[in-house]
Amino acid sequence: MAAAENKNLAVKASGLVKWFGEGEAKTVAVRGVSFEAYFGEMLYIEGPSGSGKTTLLSMISGILRPNSGSVTVEGKDIWNLTNDQLADFRLNTVGFVFQDYHLFPRLSTRENVAIPLILKKVGWDEAMDRAIEYLEVVGLRERAHLQPVKLSGGEQQRVAIARAIASRPDLLIFDEPTASLDGDTGRRIVDFVKNNILNDKRCIMIVTHDNRIFEFADRIMRMEDGMIKGMEKGGNEK
Amino acid sequence: MKGILKIAYKLLVNDKGKFAALLVGITFAVFLMNMMTSMFAGILNKSSATVINIGARMWVMDPAVKTVASSIPMPDYVLDAVRSIKGVRYAVPLYSGGALVKLADGTYQNVTVLGLDDASLFGRPQLIEGRIEDIYSDNAFIVVKDSEYPKLGSPKIGTQFELNDHRVVITGLARVTTSGLFGVPTLYTTYTRAIQYIPNPRFTLSYILVEPKSRAAVPYIQKQIKALGYEALTNEQFMKKISNFYMYQTGLGTNVFLMTIISFIVGLSISGQTFYTFILENLDRFGAIKAIGARGRELVYMILFQAAFTALIGYGLGIGLSSLIIFLAKLRISSYAAMVTYRNLALAFVMVLVIAGISSYIGVRKVIKIEPFDIFRG
Repeated sequence: MAAAENKNLAVKASGLVKWFGEGEAKTVAVRGVSFEAYFGEMLYIEGPSGSGKTTLLSMISGILRPNSGSVTVEGKDIWNLTNDQLADFRLNTVGFVFQDYHLFPRLSTRENVAIPLILKKVGWDEAMDRAIEYLEVVGLRERAHLQPVKLSGGEQQRVAIARAIASRPDLLIFDEPTASLDGDTGRRIVDFVKNNILNDKRCIMIVTHDNRIFEFADRIMRMEDGMIKGMEKGGNEK
Repeated sequence: MKGILKIAYKLLVNDKGKFAALLVGITFAVFLMNMMTSMFAGILNKSSATVINIGARMWVMDPAVKTVASSIPMPDYVLDAVRSIKGVRYAVPLYSGGALVKLADGTYQNVTVLGLDDASLFGRPQLIEGRIEDIYSDNAFIVVKDSEYPKLGSPKIGTQFELNDHRVVITGLARVTTSGLFGVPTLYTTYTRAIQYIPNPRFTLSYILVEPKSRAAVPYIQKQIKALGYEALTNEQFMKKISNFYMYQTGLGTNVFLMTIISFIVGLSISGQTFYTFILENLDRFGAIKAIGARGRELVYMILFQAAFTALIGYGLGIGLSSLIIFLAKLRISSYAAMVTYRNLALAFVMVLVIAGISSYIGVRKVIKIEPFDIFRG
C-alpha cells in the first residue's frame, strides 16, 4: 500500500451489494464489497468471469445503482445524486474505455474523440481542435480524419483512450483493455497509459484477467464470487 | 444542443446506404400519396368545371341533381318565382346539356352545350378570338379552346358543322379556367338557341343562376327556394355536393383513400424498418454515449432530429418528383386530371410526420431502454 498511503483518496466503496432478478432467479453479483482507491494509482480488478468485477466497476462509475452500500468519489456520495446529476458526474469525473471501444464507425476519429466535449456543450470547432490535441497525446494526430474502421485494433484502443481523457476525468475506467489486442500491443497500450495518462490527480481502475499487464499495476484487487479475495501490490509496487 | 444534433446528422448521412433507403422509403410514400391525392383533386376540380367557369354566386336546381352534368330540367315558372324572392339581385336561366356534332369529315363528336341567358350572357367565357356580340348572329356558337378543342377538328372562326341537323357556325374562340372531366369539347350559345337546337323534354331550364343582393341574403333565398321544392346552393356548396358524389357514391374516393393508405403503409414499412435497423446497429454506441454522460433526452433529440431530417428531405423529394411528373404529364396530355393543392401537400406532410413519429418512437424506446451497464456487460 506504499502508493496509497501517500496519496489522496479518490474512491471509497463501502459495503456494496448488488443482485439481479428476484426469488429463485435472484443472483447476487457483488456481496458487501468495500475498498478505497487513490489518486495517482493504477488499480486492477482481477478475477474469473462472473466474479462481479464489471458490476463493481459499474457501481463505482455511476452507471449501476447498488442495492445497498455507498460509493464516494472525491468526497461525494454519488448514489445520492439525481439521474441528471449522475450523468453530469459521469461526463465530468469519469472516463470510460470500453472493451469493444464502441467508437462510431460513421464518424471520423476526431469526431469520436470530441463527443464528450460536445456533450459538455463545447462549441463544434473548439471541440474538434481539442480532439486533435488529445489524439496527439495518443500519437494519432495524423489519423484524425479517418474513420475508426480504417485503424488497427491498437489504434482504435488509443482513440477510445483519447475520447476517455477528452473530458479531463479524475477517474478513468478501463474494461478489459487488452482483451481484443495481441500481447505486445496490449502491453504497449497499458505502458502508454501508465506513463502518459496517469498522473497525481487521476485514478485509473482496470478490469482485466490479462496477467501479462499485471506488472503495470500499483495494486491488484482479486475478486471471486462477488467478494474481494485479496488485495496485492502490483508489479509497479513490488 | 447544436453539437449533439450535428453528431446525429453525421451519423445519419455518413451511413449512405441506410440514409438512401430511408429517403427512398419516404420519397416513394410521399410520391404515391401526392400523386393519388393530386389526381383525385384534379378529378374533383374538373367535375366542377362548369360551376367554376360560369362563376355564378348561387345555383338553383332540382334537389336530386348530383353533378352539374346531370341536370334535371325545371319549369319556367321557377325562374319567375326566384326573381321575385327578396334578396335576389337578379336570376338568369342556364341550359346545360349534351349533343352530337357531325364534323366536316363526317365523323361525330359529343359536345357539351351551355346556353347562356340571351339578355345578359351571364357566365360567358373570356373570348380569345371573335366578338361576343356575334353570338346573336344566326347559328352562332363559341367554342372553348381547351385540351378537347382538337376533337372538333380545331375549328376557326367561320368553321361550320352540324348539330342535330342544325348548322353551327363558330363565331368565337374562348378560354375557360378549367376544362371538363369527361374529355368532351364545350360550346357556348344563347339559351334560346340551345333549347331550339337540342331536343328537350317538357322543361328546359337546367339551372337558374342567382346573384344575391348580399351574402346575408343567401340563407333567406335558400329557405324560400326550398319552400318551392327546389334547392339553392352557393357555388362552393354545389362544388362540395359534386365532390361528395364522386367521393362517396362512385367508389373513386374509396379507391384513392385505399391507395393513399397503402402508400402510407409502404412508406412506413420501408422507413420504419430501416430506421429501426439503423438504431439497432448503433444501439451500443448510444449506450456508450449514455455511459459517457449523455442524458436520455439528448439521445431522444438526436433520434427525433434524424427522423425529422429524413422526413423533410424525403417529403421535399417526393413532392418535387410527383409535381415534376404531373407537370410533364400535363405538357404531354393537357387534359391530365391532376392538381397539386395545399390540402394535398398538408396531408402528405402530416402522413410523413406520422411515419417519422412512428419510426422514431421505435428507436426512442430502444435507446431509452438501453442501460450503460449493458455496454459494460457486453
